[in-house]
Amino acid sequence: MLEIKNLHAGIDGKTILNGINLKIKPGELHAIMGRNGSGKSTLANIITGREDYEVISGTVHFNGNNILDMSPEDRALNGIFMSFQYPVVIPGVNNTYFLRAALNSKLKHNGLKEVNAADFMHLIREKLKLVQMDEKYLSRAVNDGFSGGEKKRNEILQMLTLEPQLSILDETDSGLDIDALKIVAEGVNNFRDKERSFLAITHYQRLLDHMNPDYVHVLIDGKIVKSGDMKLAHELEEKGYSWLEA
Amino acid sequence: MSKDTQIIDKAISQEYEYGFTTNIEQETIPPGLNEDVIRLISSKKDEPKWLLDWRLKAYQKWLKMEEPDWSKLNYSNIDLQSISYYAAPKPKEKLNSLDEVDPELLDTYNKLGIPLEEQKMLANVAVDAVFDSVSVTTTFKEELEKHGVIFCSFSEAVKNHPNIVKKYLGSVVPTTDNYFAALNAAVFSDGSFVFIPKNVRCPMELSTYFRINAENTGQFERTLIIAEEGSHVSYLEGCTAPMRDENQLHAAVVELVAHKDSEIKYSTVQNWYPGDPKTGKGGIYNFVTKRGTCLGDNSKISWTQVETGSALTWKYPSCILKGDNSTGEFYSVALSNNFQQADTGTKMIHIGKNTKSTIISKGISAGKGQNTYRGGVKIMKGAENARNYSQCDSILIGDECGAHTFPYIDVRNPSAQMEHEASTSRIGEDQLFYCNQRGISTEDAVSMIVNGFCKKVFNELPMEFAVEAQKLMEVSLEGSVG
Repeated sequence: MLEIKNLHAGIDGKTILNGINLKIKPGELHAIMGRNGSGKSTLANIITGREDYEVISGTVHFNGNNILDMSPEDRALNGIFMSFQYPVVIPGVNNTYFLRAALNSKLKHNGLKEVNAADFMHLIREKLKLVQMDEKYLSRAVNDGFSGGEKKRNEILQMLTLEPQLSILDETDSGLDIDALKIVAEGVNNFRDKERSFLAITHYQRLLDHMNPDYVHVLIDGKIVKSGDMKLAHELEEKGYSWLEA
Repeated sequence: MSKDTQIIDKAISQEYEYGFTTNIEQETIPPGLNEDVIRLISSKKDEPKWLLDWRLKAYQKWLKMEEPDWSKLNYSNIDLQSISYYAAPKPKEKLNSLDEVDPELLDTYNKLGIPLEEQKMLANVAVDAVFDSVSVTTTFKEELEKHGVIFCSFSEAVKNHPNIVKKYLGSVVPTTDNYFAALNAAVFSDGSFVFIPKNVRCPMELSTYFRINAENTGQFERTLIIAEEGSHVSYLEGCTAPMRDENQLHAAVVELVAHKDSEIKYSTVQNWYPGDPKTGKGGIYNFVTKRGTCLGDNSKISWTQVETGSALTWKYPSCILKGDNSTGEFYSVALSNNFQQADTGTKMIHIGKNTKSTIISKGISAGKGQNTYRGGVKIMKGAENARNYSQCDSILIGDECGAHTFPYIDVRNPSAQMEHEASTSRIGEDQLFYCNQRGISTEDAVSMIVNGFCKKVFNELPMEFAVEAQKLMEVSLEGSVG
């Protein structure tokens, strides 16, 4: 599904990723762990196509298509979703309206009929239950006045509604208390199936404990220095990162 | 940043949608202003002596006044002697139906989407079309007459209802009020007149479309609306103008009088030529004085405006709340894109007891636009338990524009309750990326964010205007992202 080959990339003339190779197959959940500044977020921004990030060399293919020349919205419409580390506030824009606009944009892209307001309300009420969010969030502006945990749950709500093929979870555990962490992890777990893939980016293993990733990669200085399974995550928790540094 | 630059370029290169002129023979008097010009205007319009005297008195006062310079507007002085003060489409014999109206004129309206034909009947809107300075045609007269509603051009009102005009003309905006109001009083060409009799609810929305057409012709409209006891009226005003190189001055005066238990709702969508997007050249100078008096108890005046056009906007629709329990409202969206400058707001003067006012102002600045909110709330000594709520929000698109807020508050009665909220925000790259990442295009994202920002004001507009306003925002902002 997602195949990254020898990716070198950076921002403002500074190289941050130094040759990333990563292959995510349908149904797999990969975790990328690393310290601050190791390049985790840069990788997420490159995949989603954020402006100002530059690819120096290497390729990123999604379902066989080179996505590096695609606009961020085209990547999104083709099934790439990111749960933001810092979800943005959009004052005055109603959460329901926003989410329906996003869904309709995707339905239209796929040549499907757009969903009307009444049908959308049915749909969204079901999804709300999955992340234990109150209906009152629907009438509020996007992320406006939301607590950290509410914002993250709102991200997962968007994921569940848009049903992407690849979901990038950028530090989704940060700012969450134990209960919220469980809700978010469950939201993701219930969403997993044979076709959907995930890339979870995190500092800590605690989110991974709830998710049980298929692969765990350690990112140091813009390179994947070690790959393994959940055992590796536990090892990192115990020993830190220094034993992996050259 | 390259994508943003592209989008900005696209916005800047967007042409003014309504930029065309109509070749109609016009009767225009030579440029310049003096007493003889005023006499000429008055005689062309066959006015009674009292009105000519009123004009001349205003002119004498105007001569002693100075052009105000307290606004944030930056422009070179207007040469008032280079303006022609009267232009009328060449008179034809009296018209009985639309067939007799100059086809080119009708075509102009059609281009603007203002058909005077049957569609308007179906839409249940009576249109008093002001083309330049002379009213050309009025529809729906009969339906209104049945209810005793008078809706006609100002000139007609002077002829047919002189006593009402005489009683109220200048009663809300005196000739000495300000430089531009005095000028208007001296030279006003035409405008609209509305009178709603006691306990009548006007059966339809009243709307007037203005259009400046003749080159170098200042447009001096005058509108007077009177709502008698227990009556109700909603008046709509919408404007577009053709492209011009020279600045065109527009100095209108609008006076509203609301008697006991009556309500006047006045809505404006203003989309005059904003000037060349690259240089700021041309464009309309819009200096307007709009004011309403809530004379009677329990009366209400509500201003709603969507200002997206003009190179300069100088406009403060205000309410004098004289009657006890009277209410004043001001809902405004002002957009300054490219080189546009807007200095707009309201004044709420609380005189009666338990008077209430609400101010919602939304300023949008893009390109090199400068947007100023200037508002005054005054609670007079006798205004027991007066209440005001003000909310002034600004949004910035790009990093070359500006937003300014000047709220003046003067409270002379300790029982007053005042609330003021203000905010300034920016459409950021991170907001746009967030929308993009959800599959929403940048254009749609900007329009979504701006419309969300303006929602409180758009909600106040009558249905057909709300749609138009939203469309106008999209067109005016298309791609102006930074």
